[in-house]
Amino acid sequence: MPETLRARPEKHQPWLDASLRPYIHIDAVTKQFGEFRAVDRTTLEIHRGELFCLLGASGCGKTTLLRMLAGFEHPTSGRILIDGQDMTGVPAYDRPVNMMFQNYALFPHMSVEQNVAYGLKQDGVRKPELKQRVGEALEMVQLGPWAKRKPHQLSGGQRQRVALARSLVKRPKVLLLDEPLAALDKKLRERTQFELMNIQEELGVTFVVVTHDQEEAMTLSTRMAVMERGQVVQVGTPSEIYEFPATRFTADFIGSINLIEGRVKRVEAAGVLVAAPQLGCDLEVTGATQVREGQSVCVAIRPEKIAVAPNAEGAGPEEGAPNAVRGGARNSVRGTVRDVAYLGDSSVFRVDVGEGFLIEVTQPNLLRSLERKVDWDDAVVLTWRADAGLILTE
Amino acid sequence: MTATAGERRKPKGRATALRAPFHALAQRIGLSGRGLVVAVPYFWLIAFFLLPFIIVAKISLSQMIIGRPPFTDFFVWSDAWLPEIQAYLDNYRWLLQDSLYWVAYLNSVKIALISTLFCLLIGYPMAYAIARAKPTVRTLLLLMVILPFWTSFLLRVYAWMGILRNTGVVNNTLTSLGILDQPIQMMNTDFSVYVGIVYTYLPFMILPLYATLEKLDGALLEAAEDLGAKPWKVFLTVTLPLSLPGIVAGSMLVFIPAVGEYVIPELLGGPDTLMIGRVLWDEFFSNRDWPVASAVTIVLILVLVIPLALFQRHQAKVQEREA
Ligand SMILES: Nc1ncnc2c1ncn2[C@@H]1O[C@H](COP(=O)(O)OP(=O)(O)O)[C@@H](O)[C@H]1O
Ligand SMILES: [Mg+2]
Repeated sequence: MPETLRARPEKHQPWLDASLRPYIHIDAVTKQFGEFRAVDRTTLEIHRGELFCLLGASGCGKTTLLRMLAGFEHPTSGRILIDGQDMTGVPAYDRPVNMMFQNYALFPHMSVEQNVAYGLKQDGVRKPELKQRVGEALEMVQLGPWAKRKPHQLSGGQRQRVALARSLVKRPKVLLLDEPLAALDKKLRERTQFELMNIQEELGVTFVVVTHDQEEAMTLSTRMAVMERGQVVQVGTPSEIYEFPATRFTADFIGSINLIEGRVKRVEAAGVLVAAPQLGCDLEVTGATQVREGQSVCVAIRPEKIAVAPNAEGAGPEEGAPNAVRGGARNSVRGTVRDVAYLGDSSVFRVDVGEGFLIEVTQPNLLRSLERKVDWDDAVVLTWRADAGLILTE
Repeated sequence: MTATAGERRKPKGRATALRAPFHALAQRIGLSGRGLVVAVPYFWLIAFFLLPFIIVAKISLSQMIIGRPPFTDFFVWSDAWLPEIQAYLDNYRWLLQDSLYWVAYLNSVKIALISTLFCLLIGYPMAYAIARAKPTVRTLLLLMVILPFWTSFLLRVYAWMGILRNTGVVNNTLTSLGILDQPIQMMNTDFSVYVGIVYTYLPFMILPLYATLEKLDGALLEAAEDLGAKPWKVFLTVTLPLSLPGIVAGSMLVFIPAVGEYVIPELLGGPDTLMIGRVLWDEFFSNRDWPVASAVTIVLILVLVIPLALFQRHQAKVQEREA
């Protein structure tokens, strides 16, 4: 655990408490479809009250893992415990979890009200209580006036809320959500994300959300698991995953990042010096990393952690370290701007630092101005702090 | 064809020249392309349903005579400018008086209803299994459902005679195994009629059921189970209601022809298997009483069409309310 993230102990971070038993324990679960391994020896611990995201590219096994939690698929090996209970052999209708399906799976022949009441009826909840709870659930998602409508008479956003109400009305221990917002348009999706978080916080139900959208995962989750080809490659809070990706895959998958190949030149007390032939300069990286001298590594630097400035000295190549800024400053390199993308709130620059190797830099547009300080084909200097970079060995 | 297109291009000889008057004619009688498309089914219905119905209705209002045709004229051309209409309701009165007819009607409806029920009970699981089968197997199973249509219907009924008669396959096997001392009488009973009708019309039940069950979204079943419904409850509350259109369509396709069935009761039924199709046949061919036969037909059609029309109207109203 990086030291910087230990702060603010008042925050709800049950995963840091070793004495707590995880609420959902996925224990070395493998799911095989014929020859194909959709989920491969996955172990995960999810705590009570978390909003946990399973993030990964399409086809990496997220839905399969979620369906095993719901009881629609059965692990080929391994087991799943929910609240300490082994779920092996427990049918879907007996599990203390509910699922919100990807396309909502609302019953087309039932009204909104009947859809929401369905789960309670299966439990034999009596009429007065049933009515009250259905009313509350519809109130929660602001669908009261639409209670008598059929699903096909609702908009996509309303259907999504019916599905949410239907799966929450039984007060499950765990709510599973498969791409809950994928079918909504961008604006609505952003608004619904916050609604979802508010509801989760209010009810305290543990949410497990599957998504392929990294922004969604970053926004929603308390913690997330990044999956690749059926395996969990990293688990952590959004900031842990963003700032301290464990592998090249995670680093590349979440946000954009510059990956620079190099070789460890020297291990110093404060950090590591890496020779990067692609840049033509040495990189200094602080932060504890277990590397030895001579090892091949990859230095990862997020675009927004690099500063770009016009090169006042002009771009004269030097012997030995052609791009290095005069004086041999570390973490500083000269280059030429190849691309500028103006995004409104920020601008993205692609800077050629020699032989076509491009470094991506993001700068917030702090000043209101139509002029660009840095433009196409400008000679620039890129600089970043020694703690901006991260050494990846995998 | 737009005017501008015509201006830009020169007419291409005869084809355009010939088409122009046709277009003009079509426009004059108010026929557009869309109108033509709609007109085809109307023409079909008028030519092959409404006209025959009117002819039969006309005959049912005449009286039997010995002659050719064997019924009195409907229009009598006297000296007056307009023809006189000669209509008799005797045939209908006759249908009411003789209990044979309404017993035959009731019996036909009973046999058709029970057969439809059995078709549903047998066909539903089959359709369900086919819809849930793997795509490759599914094609094969569907093929097997429609395979019997490739042989003559009569041949298949004769095959059932071979199976059911006292010296048939079933009785021979059971007696030779010592399970039976003497053969059971299965042929020429109501039982054999039911077997024949259910066997013949089963595909008409399976196919529409399959079509609705195949469209059923598996996620709905999972959603129901997820909400705590046990498998049979899932079936009752989700699968069954959502397959209702298929059940209705299949039942219609079985019930309607089964009511008027003639060949199966004739070949497989006993002498006392009374069905309206047989009565009709006897009136027409044995008694050569075309008017009564026609009256029997008209009543049969009304008995079938009126409930159907009411049902349709109900459905339309439900749909309107939902929209
Ligand atoms: N029932 C199944 N039979 C065979 N293969 C399956 C089945 N379900 C999923 N898969 C395969 O498992 C892989 C992972 O699927 P899924 O869990 O749906 O991925 P994700 O939700 O991450 O997109 C996919 O390659 C998919 O084709
Ligand atoms: Mg999926």
